[in-house]
Amino acid sequence: MRYLIIAISSFFCIETHAGVVLSIEQVADGIYVHQGKHEWPDHKNHGAIANIGFIVGERCVAVIDTGGNPEEGKSLKRAIAKTTGKPICYVINTHVHPDHIFGNIAFKEPGTQFVGHHKLARAMAARGQFYIDKAEDQIGMALSAEHIIPPDIEVEKTLLLDLGGRELLLTAHPTAHTDNDLSIYDQKTDTLWLGDLFFIGHLPTLDGSLKGWLAELMELERKSFKQVIPGHGPVVTDWPKSLEPQKRYLGTLLTEIRKMIRNGKFIEDAIEQVGYEFKGEWLLFDEFHKKNVTAAFAELEWED
Amino acid sequence: MINKIIEALCLALIANGALAAEDESAWTSQLKDQFFAGRTITESDAVIDLDAPYRAEDPALVPLKIISKIPQTNDKYIKKILVLVDKNPFPYVGEFEFTPDSGKADLAMRVRVNTYSFVRAIAETNDGKLYMSKKFVKASGGCSAPIGADLDAAMKRLGKAKFRLSDNIKPGEANEAQLFISHPNITGMQMDQVTRFVKKSHFVNRVNVSFNDKPILTAKTDIAISADPNFRFYFIPEKNGILKAEFTDISCQSPTSRANCKAGQSFTETLAIKP
Repeated sequence: MRYLIIAISSFFCIETHAGVVLSIEQVADGIYVHQGKHEWPDHKNHGAIANIGFIVGERCVAVIDTGGNPEEGKSLKRAIAKTTGKPICYVINTHVHPDHIFGNIAFKEPGTQFVGHHKLARAMAARGQFYIDKAEDQIGMALSAEHIIPPDIEVEKTLLLDLGGRELLLTAHPTAHTDNDLSIYDQKTDTLWLGDLFFIGHLPTLDGSLKGWLAELMELERKSFKQVIPGHGPVVTDWPKSLEPQKRYLGTLLTEIRKMIRNGKFIEDAIEQVGYEFKGEWLLFDEFHKKNVTAAFAELEWED
Repeated sequence: MINKIIEALCLALIANGALAAEDESAWTSQLKDQFFAGRTITESDAVIDLDAPYRAEDPALVPLKIISKIPQTNDKYIKKILVLVDKNPFPYVGEFEFTPDSGKADLAMRVRVNTYSFVRAIAETNDGKLYMSKKFVKASGGCSAPIGADLDAAMKRLGKAKFRLSDNIKPGEANEAQLFISHPNITGMQMDQVTRFVKKSHFVNRVNVSFNDKPILTAKTDIAISADPNFRFYFIPEKNGILKAEFTDISCQSPTSRANCKAGQSFTETLAIKP
């Protein structure tokens, strides 16, 4: 009986996915975004939680992040085909996290080049197997090594991609959210796609360097952009004001953890005590805050 | 095709159910015999008590604490503690030897926990008896991985070490000391077929701490120790002296076998203690 129920529920799951066209919104001329829901990746959402989308040029299309599973990648591809007849020339991955790269395989075909930070391939090598092993348990998807697709084009510092009448400026950032964050700037519409360097509503997750991240944000907030697209949350038009909550959260982690280290406190103390005033302010706080404190503490205790 | 997918999903769901259960099979069917063949182990928290978070918030860094329940005297003391994470690809975390000069056989460290698993500590007292304390740890998920976040930063500092002690050292009593070692403790990477990236494991394999040349903590460690290994332990400073840590690293061909390894570098860090 149990087998039967599983079989039936699995079947419906596939039914609902077949032929799905991902919902997208045009946020600027030729820039389309699917806004992910602020959820923990699980068997219901199959890891499809991040903002993903594409930018259309006169010659071809650049995909920016492909989603949390191959099906989401496919439904993004269908949305592109419904929007434009132009071919997909680039797939840009903003960083290594599974909710941004596990749709890659849907776009693997001749003529499409994958683009990433110069440290993305290494991060994929280090984490890929682990993410694959976890996929069944976490998001109910059986994945394999073929789902980890490293970049064909690596961005050392910056790179201009020409989509025909539209140039995208890609920037490989120093270690911040991860050690392989890549942002995309579209000159034509003055839009910056920041990926997970920028969170709204969903607690920022630290998997790189707290100090590095805050330093990058200080650089970015000096500039003005018409639109900024976060990795999680709505597209904003009030940059840098909309960055304030994230800066406050990360800044507090920095000051409070430094203080604890100076006072001879241990990592367990910091995990239990630092940053809980932000609990009501962010979604997924319980899921990620302790990890953030842990990673930040381990980084900051090497400061002196 | 659809049938095959359903079958795969079914298997995945069933495997998922099994994963979440508190499963001791790795210990009972393999690890116990591998490390303690034919020996009796008393399961009890009366000699050592292992403290671990129920959820591994950051699988790359799970703080573990072992609290000893008996004092280290010349007559009776905890000689050795073995730490295992049952379900890790390489379950052996390390072996830690203490002496009566340790004062207390307490030990805190940071480990990698790959999946839902029991973490266990088995203490051997100087009379040859074995006592085990264990905790079940739920793996975390999301974007987390049991890999250090900033490999290059850790690489740059490799071999750097420091001690940290309370400002107020009490002579003749067991005092807590913390040893920080900067080392990426690379687990090894196996995705070379896809990403062209091959990397051997490269980790701290020995840590010897002494006070005035008397051993306090002698450890054999492995890849389950988090990047930037960090240990808290006790020692008894009777008088002024030198607290010294000597450690070495090693690189191995495979993340899960120690058959083909090459010794690396040795490092030393000292601190003058004035109680």
